[in-house]
Parts: sequence; C-alpha cells; structure tokens
Amino acid sequence: MHPAKSVIFFTTGSGAGYGMLAWLAILALMGYQPADSTYGLFAFGIAFGLVGGGLLSSTFHLGHPERAWRAMSQWRSSWLSREGVAAIATFGPTGLYALAWIFLNENQSLAGGIGLIGALMSLITVYCTSMIYGSLKTIPAWFTKWTRVAYLVFAMMTGAVLLWFLSVLFNLPEAATIARLSMFFLALGFIVKIIYWRAVDNAPATSTAESATGLGKLGKIRLIESPHSEDNYLLKEMGFRIARKHAGKLRIIALVLGFVIPFLAICAALYGLPQFQLLFAGFAVVTGIVGIVTERWLFFAEAKHVVTLYYGESRI
Amino acid sequence: MTSLPRKSSRRKLGLVIDLDICVACQACAVNCKEWNTSGHSAPLTDLNPYGKGQNGVWYNRIHSFEAVDEKTGDSQTINFPKSCLHCEDAPCVTVCPTGASYKREEDGIVLVNGDICIGCKLCSWACPYGAREYDETEGVMKKCTLCVDKIYNETLSPSSRVPACVSTCPVGARHFGDLGDPHSEVTRLVEARGGFALMPEQGTLPVNRYLPPRPKQHQKPKDQTPRMLEHKDDSSDGAGLLARWVDKVLSA
Ligand code: SF4
Ligand code: SF4
Ligand code: SF4
Repeated sequence: MHPAKSVIFFTTGSGAGYGMLAWLAILALMGYQPADSTYGLFAFGIAFGLVGGGLLSSTFHLGHPERAWRAMSQWRSSWLSREGVAAIATFGPTGLYALAWIFLNENQSLAGGIGLIGALMSLITVYCTSMIYGSLKTIPAWFTKWTRVAYLVFAMMTGAVLLWFLSVLFNLPEAATIARLSMFFLALGFIVKIIYWRAVDNAPATSTAESATGLGKLGKIRLIESPHSEDNYLLKEMGFRIARKHAGKLRIIALVLGFVIPFLAICAALYGLPQFQLLFAGFAVVTGIVGIVTERWLFFAEAKHVVTLYYGESRI
Repeated sequence: MTSLPRKSSRRKLGLVIDLDICVACQACAVNCKEWNTSGHSAPLTDLNPYGKGQNGVWYNRIHSFEAVDEKTGDSQTINFPKSCLHCEDAPCVTVCPTGASYKREEDGIVLVNGDICIGCKLCSWACPYGAREYDETEGVMKKCTLCVDKIYNETLSPSSRVPACVSTCPVGARHFGDLGDPHSEVTRLVEARGGFALMPEQGTLPVNRYLPPRPKQHQKPKDQTPRMLEHKDDSSDGAGLLARWVDKVLSA
C-alpha cells in the first residue's frame, strides 16, 4: 500500500496525542501529576496539538477536504466514520479536563472522573483508527488482531515517552515513575511489533492468482498481459513496491530507533547519569519519533493488497 | 446510507462473462469509456493522454492470463475482462464514511454519489477486485455503474437497454441480466456452463459470474507431440559426404 505522509503523520501523531491524554488522567488520579497551570498548559498543548494536527493532516489527502464533515454520518457501518465521531466526541471530556486542570488547578475527584472518561474515549478513538485498517480483509497484513493491539500499545508507549520528557523538563518528582512506565511500554511495544511481524510473515495465503481468476482447475495462473502499459490508480495506490527490498533493514531501524534506543536512554537517565536526564529525554523523543514513523511507513509499504493478484502477484 | 440494504435485493442485475470466447479486443473497455464519460459518473478523466505516463479512469480492464498445467506443461491463454462485480456483501459500501457509496435496494447496483464523496479512497482499499478508480481531477471515486443510465433509458430501443460493454462485444462474451431470478437466461447460462464467482474467500458475494473456458475439443493425444526440428549441432551423422568432409576439416 502507498504510504501517504499525511496518513503516517495522522496515525502516529494522533496516537501519541491520545496516549498522552490517557496517561495524564490516569496518572493524575494516581497522584503522579501536579495540578499545575503551566505544566497543564504544556502537557495538554502538546497532546491536543498532536491530536488536532493529526486529524487535520488526515483530511489533507482527501479529494474534497471541505466535505470532511460528511464522514461523521456512517458510524453504523464504517470504522472511518466511527473514528471521526469518536475523535470529535473525545474533545468534550478531554477539553473540560484540560480547562479544569489549567484554570482550576483541579485534576482529581470530579475533574479526574471527567478526565478518566476522556482517557477511555481517547483509547476508543485509537481503537477505531486501528480498525480502519484492521477491518480490511483485502490486506491480510492488516487483517489481524495484532493491528489493534499494536495501535493501542504504541499510542500508550509514545504518549508515555512524551510525558516523561515533559516531566523531566518540569523536574517533577514523579519523573522516575513515568520513566519506568515508559520503559515497560517500550518493551511491550517491541514484543508486540515482533509478534505482529511474525504473525504476518507466517500467515498462510488468503487469496491466490488461482482464486482471483477462478481458473485454478486449469493449472498455475500467470499474468501474461497487463490491461495497461502505464501504472494506473490501482497500481500506484495498492501496488506500492519501492522499498520492499529494504524492508528487512528498515524493520531493524524501526526497532532500534523506535524502541531500543529510547529504552536505553531512559535506563541511562534513571540509573546512569541523572544529571543529563533532560538530554537523554530529548534524545529518546527524537529517535522515538524517527523510529515510530519508520514503523508506520513499513506498516503501509509492506502491506500487500489482493488486487495485485490481477497484476502478477501469485499469492497474498 | 452505507449500511447494505437489510434484505438482499430480489433482483440482482449483473454481468456474466464468458472466458471461453473473449479475445481481448478491448472493445468493451473502449465502449464503456465512451458511454460513461458522459454518463452517471461523468467524466472519465484522462491525464496526459498522449504523452508518457498517461493515466485515466476506466471501469473495465482486460487482463490476459496463462494457465499452465504443471503435470503436462500444456498452457492455455485466458483473456479476462474485469469490472465491478456488484457484490451482495459489498465491503466498498460498508467502509464508506460518508454514504456516498451505496447499493441499490431495487436491483443491487453499487454506485457512488459524486456529490458527497470526500475522496478518502477507503472504498478502493476495501474492494478486492480493483473495481474502483479515483479521479484525481474531480477528487472523487468512480466505478462501473452497470450503465444504470442506459439499461433503464426509455429513449433507447428496448434491445439497446443493456450495458455498453455487453452490446459492443463482437463475440458475445458478455451477458447481462438478473442473476437473482432462477429462471433468467443468465442464471441458466451460469448453471449450464458452471459459472463461478471470483475470490469467494473474500466473502463479498459477487453477483457477476465468470464462465470457464470449455474443455478443448480436439486435444492431441499425449504421446502425439508435434514434430519438432531436430538440431544436430554436435554430430554430422546422416549428413552427406561433402558436409562430413567440411565438418572434419573445420573440427580439426
Ligand atoms: S467489485 Fe469491488 S467495487 Fe464492485 S461491489 Fe464488489 S467490492 Fe464493491
Ligand atoms: S472515496 Fe468516496 S465513495 Fe469511497 S469511501 Fe471515501 S467517501 Fe466513500
Ligand atoms: S456495465 Fe457499463 S459501466 Fe460497467 S463495465 Fe460495462 S460498460 Fe462499463
């Protein structure tokens, strides 16, 4: 599948933003977050910036962005529509929580309850995003439960790392707790991604050139003439081929930058050189971003669509 | 509404495509383009039509496949036209977030309302058959309309009220009719010829059917392989005197 930049930014950015929103409420209720105005402003500013930027960027690849509001109407059947509805609805409780936190310095009790509803809705939104991809039977690499698990875990993971950076920046006494939380989710994310790749690589073929043409009885099917000499929309969108040859290396890059290095950076900040912890935190965030963007790019670029069976693939 | 009609329609209009006789002449693709570029989802935009990298919207494409019998090594060419199969459980419809994609209750035709489509392309991802093509200039999705504006067109003579691809096919490889009616001509044709659906494992329940190539009538017996030219590159056995002498001199 063609890895559109807007969609990569949308899924990674909004994922991290929702992860942050979820952690803010959960940690505040557990007493690990200060009900401080400046801190709140920064935390919610980054989270809403990521969520809003992601949602906005997802409309850039539309043919008619001005009609985007129509996408809210079909929540009965469409995960994309559900995602839109969930995303807009989530602004309610999370927005209220942000206001209570920043202006009333209140992040527990009643406000905390609203925050927790917001946290739950944030995760539901991420789940809906994952199901846009996870519900497509035509793309077996996405049509697995590990797509959902990965989106949820990565949202929590990236949100936690960003929050750790912020807590270091603000010198919060709870920074060490958030650091350990981030390490746990980085390790979990690493494992989930490996399981995802193993599941996808070892899955039996869903469809074949024989089933696509229905001609398997006659023998092995091979395309001998394409309907068109130039790439058409289908091949550009669904037949993306460019980087598959680097997939192995890119997977390692994604794992190292997205999971291993941030994990080690947090380790170093916690147990090695705490005086440099801000540096480590910044480093973890930067490599983490590059890593997770690579991971998401691969998620699209490596996924094969069954329509390519009509264009020379033999099994998918 | 992109939920599918609750009861599947009684009428299931669709195509039956005969792979035995299609000659890949492209007439159906061209006439489809011709009719539809001023039809329901007009225009069928072409970008850079005369230069390199031309790109355009087509509802019907003709592939050619080769089937190789792995035991005998015999091969057979099958020309394979493909357009929307107007699936009963159409995933392209249910994924659409706007309601632009819909399946008609009265006859099962799957259409796109270009006035509300946002061009998110998700429907084209959901279709296993590559039946949807995005129009870059209009920013909306397009697809085979089953010539909805022709088959019901009362200004045309009744015999012309069939899809453009069907009426134009010079060998009669495309048939149109109601596949929901057990007594219709197309249904009987499918039964008689063992018609099949594409990628049934995708669960889309296509309406369109394909008729397999008929078994070859005059297949040669296995041992009677055609006479092949024998090359004798390494030996001069059986050659004339002069040729053998030249061979001897040259091989020295
Ligand atoms: S062939 Fe594709 S576009 Fe046509 S109804 Fe089936 S899924 Fe939809
Ligand atoms: S591209 Fe248009 S028709 Fe297709 S899913 Fe999106 S809004 Fe619906
Ligand atoms: S039914 Fe009409 S729109 Fe569909 S492929 Fe045939 S000519 Fe084209």
